[in-house]
Amino acid sequence: MSIKVKIHKKLKGFHLDVDVETRGKRIGILGASGCGKSMTLKVIAGIEKPDKGLIQVGEKILFESKKHINLPPQKRKVGYMFQNYALFPHMTVEENVGIGVYKDRVSKEKIIQEQIKRFHLEGLEKRKPGELSGGQQQRVALARIFAYEPDVILLDEPFSSLDRFLKDQLVQELLELLKDFKGEIIIVSHNRDEIYTLCDELIIMDQGKTLLIGDTKEIFKNSQLVEAAKLTGCKNISPIQRINSHELWATDWNIRLQVAQEISDEINYVGIRAHDIREIRCDIEDSADEILNNILNVEVLQTLEYPFEMQYILKNNEAIEGIWYKAIKEKRIMKKALKIHLPMEALMLLK
Amino acid sequence: MSEFAESVNWSPLFISLKAGILATIIAFFVGILAARWVMKLSSRMKWIVDGILTLPLVLPPTVAGFFLLLLFSLKRPLGKYLWTTWGVKVVLSFSGCVIAASVIAFPLMYRNARAAFEQVDVNMIYAARTLGMSEKKIFWKVVVPIAAPGIASGTVLAFARALGEYGATSMLAGNILGKTQTIAVAIASEVAAGNMDEAGFWVAIIITISFVIVFIINMVSGKGMKQIKRW
Repeated sequence: MSIKVKIHKKLKGFHLDVDVETRGKRIGILGASGCGKSMTLKVIAGIEKPDKGLIQVGEKILFESKKHINLPPQKRKVGYMFQNYALFPHMTVEENVGIGVYKDRVSKEKIIQEQIKRFHLEGLEKRKPGELSGGQQQRVALARIFAYEPDVILLDEPFSSLDRFLKDQLVQELLELLKDFKGEIIIVSHNRDEIYTLCDELIIMDQGKTLLIGDTKEIFKNSQLVEAAKLTGCKNISPIQRINSHELWATDWNIRLQVAQEISDEINYVGIRAHDIREIRCDIEDSADEILNNILNVEVLQTLEYPFEMQYILKNNEAIEGIWYKAIKEKRIMKKALKIHLPMEALMLLK
Repeated sequence: MSEFAESVNWSPLFISLKAGILATIIAFFVGILAARWVMKLSSRMKWIVDGILTLPLVLPPTVAGFFLLLLFSLKRPLGKYLWTTWGVKVVLSFSGCVIAASVIAFPLMYRNARAAFEQVDVNMIYAARTLGMSEKKIFWKVVVPIAAPGIASGTVLAFARALGEYGATSMLAGNILGKTQTIAVAIASEVAAGNMDEAGFWVAIIITISFVIVFIINMVSGKGMKQIKRW
């Protein structure tokens, strides 16, 4: 099955223009806050109505403005997990899980028990949502959706209301649980780590528009677009002047760079991730032929210490902008002035 | 005192309670449904409709009594229709007590219910929709239970207001002992007749009932006095 969404909706301040057809099983939508990610999910679920367009899941048309088809959310079979989970506070865990099951008592009870077990909620059946931890609430919300047996599951910022130290474990748990689901899952997030771990396909959204859709790892490796590079966490982006097919001038950094790919006319920027940059230490004999290029003399402008890594802003004397550089603590910079290498294969050519 | 108690005609108490309870039941359902309706209106319509529905709370009850008389007078279409077709007489009858009290109590129920509905996280309603629940089921099984504390305090306030209703009731239902005379009406008429002892007796009764109501309000609004932080 695939999900086809091609819709237009006028919103306050911007237009929502979504045009995607998914191939993956777990699709991530990455975008800044307020770019229309959540609105896109709401439109798919039928909570909000687009002005025009088409929404199709497999062969089933959920919305088509031309044919005046607009299924109510009740008929779409689209599960939606809200940012705050939207559990019904007056119902117990059991009652919450069973609320979307429309079967006779015995089969309903069986489905509830199944989901309680799958989501490790044994012993909490009679509790109210207010008496559960954030992680437990999330599992109840998922159990409730699974019990409803939707064709698609939409997860809106699934981890934003959880403590950070809980998150890593829960991302892992969620990944395991989602594997049991047969339909598609769309996950909206502004957190690139979550998306990278959870999703095999990635959609990049900016100011209401879907800019890019493709394999998650591929987009992180080669972002193609400036917006995609920024959203996937690339801190170093500079405008360029093309010199020849494989050489360019990075204007913000004051450096001539050799690149692996051919520089087409559409390329306007070059980017490199902070952890891909290498420091060249004179004491180490690794000045092989390939690092004679793409070397820049810089000074340390700013140092930021994190628990397990160091981040620096380095700047060439004549450059306009600094360059972010990330290193593990063992490789911390000891001097004020140093040489860095921007490896050719790590440079991303961006439109 | 026991002699006095025996000599008293208790009918105003029972009429008050009966009319108060019936009026509260009417105000409860009409108020909740009106609040639900208003929640679905556009913001401009909401302003207008909300204003009209709240009017009985702001206007003197005698104004409500005036309009009710216009509506239900036997000389007017609706009053005539009810009387000739159904044999129902609202003016100067117990049903007049109930209707007058309902109209006056309605805005309290409606406003409290609406305020409670506004507090319900709209995502709950969206979530319920995506779980296939019908709009009716969502309203009665999700919205109303979540809004229950607000609805409950609205109900108690509506009952209190209905119980004490005087202006509209005396205009529409009149002052017939054993038929339409409520405690509030009885106090006024005893005072007018110079029977301060009898009036004082009813005053004592109504103060007792009112205190119990206030107590119940504080209980149902969820927070006991002990839990409220002192300023």
